[in-house]
Amino acid sequence: MASRMTARQRWRQLPAALALLAPSIVVLATFVVYPLIRAVDLGRRRCDVNGQNCRSNGWDQYWDAFRSEQFQNALWVTVKFALISVPLGLVLGVGLAVLANKTLRGIGAFRTIFSSTVATSVAVASLMWLFLLQPDVGSLANVGWLNDLFPIIKRPGLLRDSGTALWSVALSSVWAGLGFTFILVTAGLQGIPEDLHEAAAIDGATGTRRFWRITLPLLGPTLLFVVIVLTTRAFQAYGEVDLLTDGGPQPGDVTTTMTYLTYGSNSLIAADDGLRATTSVLLFVVLLALSMAQLRLLGRRVHYGGD
Amino acid sequence: MAAERAPVGARLVGRYAMLAAVAFVVLFPVYTTVIGALKPAGKVLDNPLLPDSFTLDVLRDAWTDGHLGRYLVNSAVVALIVTVCQVVTSVLSGYAFSLLDFPGRNALFVGFLATMLVPLEATLVVNRRTVGELSWLNTYQGLAIPFAATAFGTFLVRQAFLGLPGELRDAARIDGAGHLAFLRHVAVPVVRPTLGALALFSFLSSWNQYLWPNLITTDDDMNTVQSGLRALRQASLQTPNLVMAGTVIAAIPIVIALLFFQKALVRGLTAGAVKG
Repeated sequence: MASRMTARQRWRQLPAALALLAPSIVVLATFVVYPLIRAVDLGRRRCDVNGQNCRSNGWDQYWDAFRSEQFQNALWVTVKFALISVPLGLVLGVGLAVLANKTLRGIGAFRTIFSSTVATSVAVASLMWLFLLQPDVGSLANVGWLNDLFPIIKRPGLLRDSGTALWSVALSSVWAGLGFTFILVTAGLQGIPEDLHEAAAIDGATGTRRFWRITLPLLGPTLLFVVIVLTTRAFQAYGEVDLLTDGGPQPGDVTTTMTYLTYGSNSLIAADDGLRATTSVLLFVVLLALSMAQLRLLGRRVHYGGD
Repeated sequence: MAAERAPVGARLVGRYAMLAAVAFVVLFPVYTTVIGALKPAGKVLDNPLLPDSFTLDVLRDAWTDGHLGRYLVNSAVVALIVTVCQVVTSVLSGYAFSLLDFPGRNALFVGFLATMLVPLEATLVVNRRTVGELSWLNTYQGLAIPFAATAFGTFLVRQAFLGLPGELRDAARIDGAGHLAFLRHVAVPVVRPTLGALALFSFLSSWNQYLWPNLITTDDDMNTVQSGLRALRQASLQTPNLVMAGTVIAAIPIVIALLFFQKALVRGLTAGAVKG
């Protein structure tokens, strides 16, 4: 076994190991480690529109950027986006999975339909929703009776009204993630032993009671995993905003998330690589804090069925 | 299986009605896009919820004038490069971290894992500059090489190799080029299911990349499907059904792939979640 090797044997394996590791090390060093370090340095500079002549503006640039109205807005928009899309995605995903967790003829077809949105990329999903919601050419905007009922669909349009824009983007995002959540929760449900349900039913527990007392607690680890993935995705969401609203409606940057502020072509800082580096480092810090919180959450006891 | 027992009679009908209603809602955005894509130009806004006219012309236009054919080829090339590179680099580094022992191994492995904490979004501003300096803007290598190795893949393959029986692992105590032969003929064949899952995962992640191709592609001929859809979106007010048709074409390959790989994908997606 490798662990029983002598020091000499271990040194003799070093050249082979380094040769095997070299491709990964080169790629990770060039495209993950270096950019992070370089971004920290670039983040205190201001550059011209070509990304050249980056002059130092001092480390204060981080603090100033963090306190700026734009970043605070983007941070709040991102948090709101997560607060809308994560619970909604979770509840709808669990609902679909419970609904389809029956032994019925043809249930396989429904399961395929419910998991189908995993096949859509963010661009495909967002364009589908664009053609539902867009006020000029969108499907909903061209159905007469629907517009009489909800005039907001046509004027100004759900994506252009500052009260509904973020919800609309979140809904598109939830829809795109629904298949993923459905697949995970379905697998979790099928891991719950059937005799538990039967025993509870014999004891007179109703379906609703069994759901709250048996199904949900035993789904704990699955649900935690889903929440973590959905939260991380929400904080990194970009394509939905880019394709549906371009960070608008203006004024107010109602859907300008942290990623859109950093990378969006309509973003205020789009022409300055220095400031983009600043916000990308701030984004990293926020995501790191989020990961730490999630790891703590994972460390806590969750009911692991069957262990 | 913890599926509930089948209901009977009226409850059965109710169940199916409910399932059908929900299925309709889930598929609604797909439905409106597909019927829009199948309508002739100019008729798309008349009855947006009804398939009252039919033509394949718009799909054909999206394929040619909308450049969807070109975008799909680009996406396939990039995703294949990324997949092959990721599998190869992960096998090599996963082997070094599991079957070899060398000074500094654990520290280096922790360093690898730490890169998983760095979100893509924190690196792309600088990566765009790097790729520009390498003159890799608008190239396949620019789109693919930054993703040619991942700590996740290394970790996955390392775990698989650690599961090999002790006698096989002892055989890895050889020198020099013997390692490559051992890898090819013994180690890799044993962990093939893991490599399949990794390949599928790499391919899908690469195919679905949105931000990176948008950042480094200015030449329309080099757009992937995802960044190409963004370029196509500019036409959404003038020719909405062309963009809808483009969206449908962009979705088809992955839908087909999923029909083939559904089981493998479900296994890959759920492995981390259910086993805890």
